[in-house]
Amino acid sequence: MKTHQSNSPITVGLFVTCLADLMRPQVAFAAVSLLEHAQCEVRVPRGQSCCGQPALNSGDRANSIEIAKQVITEFSDVDYVVVPSGSCADTLKNKYPNLFSKDMRWARRAQKFADKTWELTKFLYEKVELKEIDAALDGVYTYHDSCTGLRELSIYEQPRELLKQVKGLRLKELKDSNVCCGFGGLFSLKYSNISTHLVSDKCTEICNSDADMVLGGDLGCLLNIAGRLRRDNKKARVFHIAEVLAGMTDGPAIGDPEESQ
Amino acid sequence: MSEISSIQRVEFQDRVRTALNDVNLQRAMAKAKSGFVDKRLEAKNALPEFDQIRDAARDIKDHVLSNLDTYLELYEEKVIENGGYVHWARDAEEACSIIAEICKASGARTVTKGKSMVSEEMYLNPALEAVGMEVVETDLGEYIVQLAGEAPSHIIAPAVHKTREQITDLFHEHHSPLGYTDRVTQREALVNEARSVLRERFVSADVGITGANFLVAETGANVIVTNEGNGDLTSSLPKVHIVTAGIEKVIPSLEDLSVLLRVLARSATGQEFSAYTSIYSGPRRPEDGEGPEAYHVVLLDNGRSGMLGSDYQSMLRCIRCGACLNHCPVYGAIGGHAYGWIYPGPMGSVLTPLLNGFDSAVDLPNACTLNGRCKEVCPVRIPLSDLLLKHRTEQHERKLTSATSRWILTAWAWLVRRPRFYQAVMSIPLWIMNRVSRGSGGLRWIPFGRGWTNTRDFPAPSRKSFLRQWYSQEKGHE
Ligand code: SF4
Repeated sequence: MKTHQSNSPITVGLFVTCLADLMRPQVAFAAVSLLEHAQCEVRVPRGQSCCGQPALNSGDRANSIEIAKQVITEFSDVDYVVVPSGSCADTLKNKYPNLFSKDMRWARRAQKFADKTWELTKFLYEKVELKEIDAALDGVYTYHDSCTGLRELSIYEQPRELLKQVKGLRLKELKDSNVCCGFGGLFSLKYSNISTHLVSDKCTEICNSDADMVLGGDLGCLLNIAGRLRRDNKKARVFHIAEVLAGMTDGPAIGDPEESQ
Repeated sequence: MSEISSIQRVEFQDRVRTALNDVNLQRAMAKAKSGFVDKRLEAKNALPEFDQIRDAARDIKDHVLSNLDTYLELYEEKVIENGGYVHWARDAEEACSIIAEICKASGARTVTKGKSMVSEEMYLNPALEAVGMEVVETDLGEYIVQLAGEAPSHIIAPAVHKTREQITDLFHEHHSPLGYTDRVTQREALVNEARSVLRERFVSADVGITGANFLVAETGANVIVTNEGNGDLTSSLPKVHIVTAGIEKVIPSLEDLSVLLRVLARSATGQEFSAYTSIYSGPRRPEDGEGPEAYHVVLLDNGRSGMLGSDYQSMLRCIRCGACLNHCPVYGAIGGHAYGWIYPGPMGSVLTPLLNGFDSAVDLPNACTLNGRCKEVCPVRIPLSDLLLKHRTEQHERKLTSATSRWILTAWAWLVRRPRFYQAVMSIPLWIMNRVSRGSGGLRWIPFGRGWTNTRDFPAPSRKSFLRQWYSQEKGHE
């Protein structure tokens, strides 16, 4: 990795993730805004789509390898790769290198790529030490720790610390905040009744916590939670942490109706 | 193959549905869940070096597995020196016939059993009943499931799926003819009633069969930990004691035993140690006051040696503590029976296809969100969720998954690797879904997604993807 003079900005390639790209572009806009606030030069390589988790988690190594090569190549000329999702960051960082056990050249490239890849909140808190966030949001939030970020990337205090800077926000911890919400990618479709059971438990705890909103760092989980809360007409609003940190909470929350014109 | 797996699929989904709709199961599991988790956490927090001991436990098991033949031979030598017999069983059937022969040769009619998952694995009870033995389970949980005509649903808490009311009913039904006509409902009273029923059986048993938590090579001893002391009575009262164990249960020394015991009970129940840790090293010697006249060990392979040297070898470290079950949200939702075989939860989902064949349980490695909580708590650091993923790869490569799903994956991957085309193609469903949602924020139905939308809204996607917005706003990025 290049080392930097303090006066030249570091370049960050944003890996948007397919869910943010298609379902909630605001998460990616928020990530860009936060990274720019931290004086990074943000690039969004056009040749990106999905990190390949659906293939990887279905045991399809051949396709996973092809997708990984594509992503690695696409982000070869940035200093850092930042991902607004713990599970996708884990794929890029911890799973890609294992795909190339039989190909030394690619293994090295994948490792180099892994070393410069960061999950968004970890990057903001540990790497660039983001300060003076100019965001305010009144209310009590609770945080859902998505499994992969928590267990594979040790993401726990970073989001909570960053959120302390948002004026008006108070934290109320969720009971079993570290228990899976039942999303699990294709799992939520293939084993939808088990998935429903898990997300119902999660939503019960959310309601018990009396928080006004649920925040988290992984859109998959948030879509799952929001979908269930909406179906049950529960009031807690759901946002990705990037949206809150970037002050982009005026519009509808995840799964909420657009404001009437 | 695909026919087998589609039948299996239906069966698995049926069992899951039954479990999710079983009110008693759901009540019992909800009650059990946080108890195990909280207690383990307390025990872990009370022992600052817990994680180091876990590393040591893992290393001991790894060392044994790399030298398994040496330790098994040493163990056998010692057992023989102590006056016992060692029998090697390639598979379940062989193990059952060895045990049945021992029972018959000793003229036995009644057999008592301490808790032993490996005897469940070999379907020992029906095999013994077939040769005319009466088999009595002496572990309270095992006894309950035996009365109910069921299999254990948890490897250390066999009846965890039963509510106390169900147990009351069972006892009332089976114990009334023995003179216990009162309907007991309190926990302690239930335990006492079972004890007094079982006591008579202990005394009359001819053969006692136990499992083993560990086999110690340097002394030839077998070690059983229980919380009820039933292992003791099963081992020492009858004339003949038979120990059944998988070949991976051997450990080098008593020193290693103390390391493993320190993580076992803490991980299992949150206790520092189980109430009874019993060590047996063979038949009664002239100077002993009690003990069996004959001592046999039946060592079961049943697919284990095939795991040695494979990608799955680490699974043989398992000390059957049950922590991965207790922390698995899927296990907590569906209970043990839905898994279809005696080993449930994460350890079962890894082990079952290895012991019974990759095509025997195609759903198990897939019915998991890969949340990794199992791997986080396993005392011997088995990377359970990674092994489940390895199974999925194995299934994909052996074409055990459906042709349709493989085809969809390939088509999807083809698209993903052509990002510009992908972005253009994806804009169509985006636009449609966005229109259909009409600003309501969520869809109540999406094509191919009924599993989701039956119980959840599908949050409406954005009108235009991020990348398309970004590149139309910021032409300079092109
Ligand atoms: S896999 Fe690990 S956690 Fe699960 S039962 Fe075995 S030792 Fe315990």
